[in-house]
Amino acid sequence: MLRAADVEFGYGETPVVRGVSLDVPADGFVGIIGPNGSGKTTLLRLLAGTRQPRRGALTLDGVPLATLSRAALARRMAVVPQETQLAFEYTVLEVVLMGRYVHLGAFEVEGPRDLEIARRSLAATGTLDFQHRPFATLSGGEKQRVVIAAALAQISAVERSDTEPAILLLDEPTAALDLRYQLETAALLADLHRSHALSVVVSTHDLNFAASLCRTVVMLKDGQVLASGGVDDVLTPALVGRLYGVEVDVSRHPQSGHLTVVPLRRMTGARP
Amino acid sequence: MRPLRVRLALAVAGFGALAVLAVLTAPLVGSSSISLARVFDRSVPFADNPDAQIFFIARLPRTLAGALVGAMLASAGVVFQGLLRNPLATPFTLGVSAGAALGAMLAITFGWSLAWLGIPVAPLASFAGSLLAVGVVYLLATARHRGLSTHVLLLAGVTMNAFFSALILFVQYFADFAETFRILRWLMGDLDISSYQPLVTALPLVVFSFAAFAWLARPLNLLNLGAEAAETRGLDVLRAQRVAFLSASLATGAAVSVGGPIGFIGIVVPHLVRLLVGADHRVVLPASALFGAAFLIGCDAIARTIMAPLELPVGVITALIGGPFFLWLLVRRA
Repeated sequence: MLRAADVEFGYGETPVVRGVSLDVPADGFVGIIGPNGSGKTTLLRLLAGTRQPRRGALTLDGVPLATLSRAALARRMAVVPQETQLAFEYTVLEVVLMGRYVHLGAFEVEGPRDLEIARRSLAATGTLDFQHRPFATLSGGEKQRVVIAAALAQISAVERSDTEPAILLLDEPTAALDLRYQLETAALLADLHRSHALSVVVSTHDLNFAASLCRTVVMLKDGQVLASGGVDDVLTPALVGRLYGVEVDVSRHPQSGHLTVVPLRRMTGARP
Repeated sequence: MRPLRVRLALAVAGFGALAVLAVLTAPLVGSSSISLARVFDRSVPFADNPDAQIFFIARLPRTLAGALVGAMLASAGVVFQGLLRNPLATPFTLGVSAGAALGAMLAITFGWSLAWLGIPVAPLASFAGSLLAVGVVYLLATARHRGLSTHVLLLAGVTMNAFFSALILFVQYFADFAETFRILRWLMGDLDISSYQPLVTALPLVVFSFAAFAWLARPLNLLNLGAEAAETRGLDVLRAQRVAFLSASLATGAAVSVGGPIGFIGIVVPHLVRLLVGADHRVVLPASALFGAAFLIGCDAIARTIMAPLELPVGVITALIGGPFFLWLLVRRA
């Protein structure tokens, strides 16, 4: 279980994240939602251990993140950033093999087993066909899936015991994607969550994406938790209205089966 | 794509053969022709054998200096490029070579070249100078969270080059007239060392930085993802960055203390190598070191013969090749 308890963090004087508590259980699928600048990315950084909180505690199975080495953390937890750009022409396979870094010694070369894991990860994300293409030539959606494959290769179940489930953190995975790739990414994440026994944390401003995937949702507003809990309890017209300052209609979509949020009009008088 | 081991073996064999060929043939090329048979003719005493003297005293140390300096500058270029995620970063464009040159000049001009406690001072002073310049680059790179943009990088390099050049000119006023000519040649990049001593003194720095480069190859691959992403892959980013900055400064310092601030090796060589072997630093680094050696020896052979019997500083040739190449890269990236 990954747990944040009353954490505060800021890059300068003013805190970007304040008093945030959050649990990611072993088979959880947690959405962090909120408007731009609400602290979603910062909270993900805290969860990933790349930033240390000023106050509060972050723990993985009760152990403070700050006491774990980068390597120990990387074996359990992988991060998919919003965007990945490379300065040089690495191939797709090379990018995925970089996910094996933490499992190799300083001068060790990836062996057949690493290659096998990389290929399986590529297959799981439907990107095996372009394993030999330069990463830079892929579309945004393809890149996204390749980086997810690299994350899978990093936290591959082979090295872990069942008592240490892996965690996948994704920052705005659909922000740059068109409708079709959004759907594909959602399906991929749902599938990985189920078949790879991963717990997933995803930040997004796309409420319908969150509603279709997440079990629990944390609403962030101005760096603080506005509400958190099950999707059905949190994605209410009142809370979403307060989060974005808009009037919305929330209903269960008859065909998709999940909650759907439709913005109606800006709230008059109330500033978001 | 072939497995890494195969690619590494092919690259080392190919570029290694090129480097060996360069080392073997370059000493035979020059304004006066010599014959290998007479060079190794044991029946004539060394003092009466001009061919052997030219070979062993003038040309062989020069060729070996070319190999060493070329290998160091090319691989330091690779490390700076990987570290700053920018293919235009090199010891020369960042102003690190100029910093190293200032250090070496101070040592030479004020007579620190005398070994101090048995430790040669010129390479160390050169290293200190490059470290100073690298420190500025490091501050610039870490002050901006998104990394160094090409604009900032190039402008910072231009500024540092101008600043260090001013200091170098200033120091030059303290040198006597005869020395000034030698210094000027050296500042243009010159491998005419006429003894093995500078190579021997630089050797410890060379060995140390190559050891660091070998360790750095994989971290440099990860750094390409960006510092934060590399960290989440399990890399100790701060340590990797420090080792990279230090070892690249060390390599630049060693190279400049031998051959002066020779430009553009660090950009031409790694770029051509990447076109052939791909991006993986575990192949790019050794291949660039070997090709850098061959390339600089080749440039020096041209410098020695193109205006024979006059010998040009090799920096003139590398700049004539590297300048247009750099511009072409800039245009292609824009």
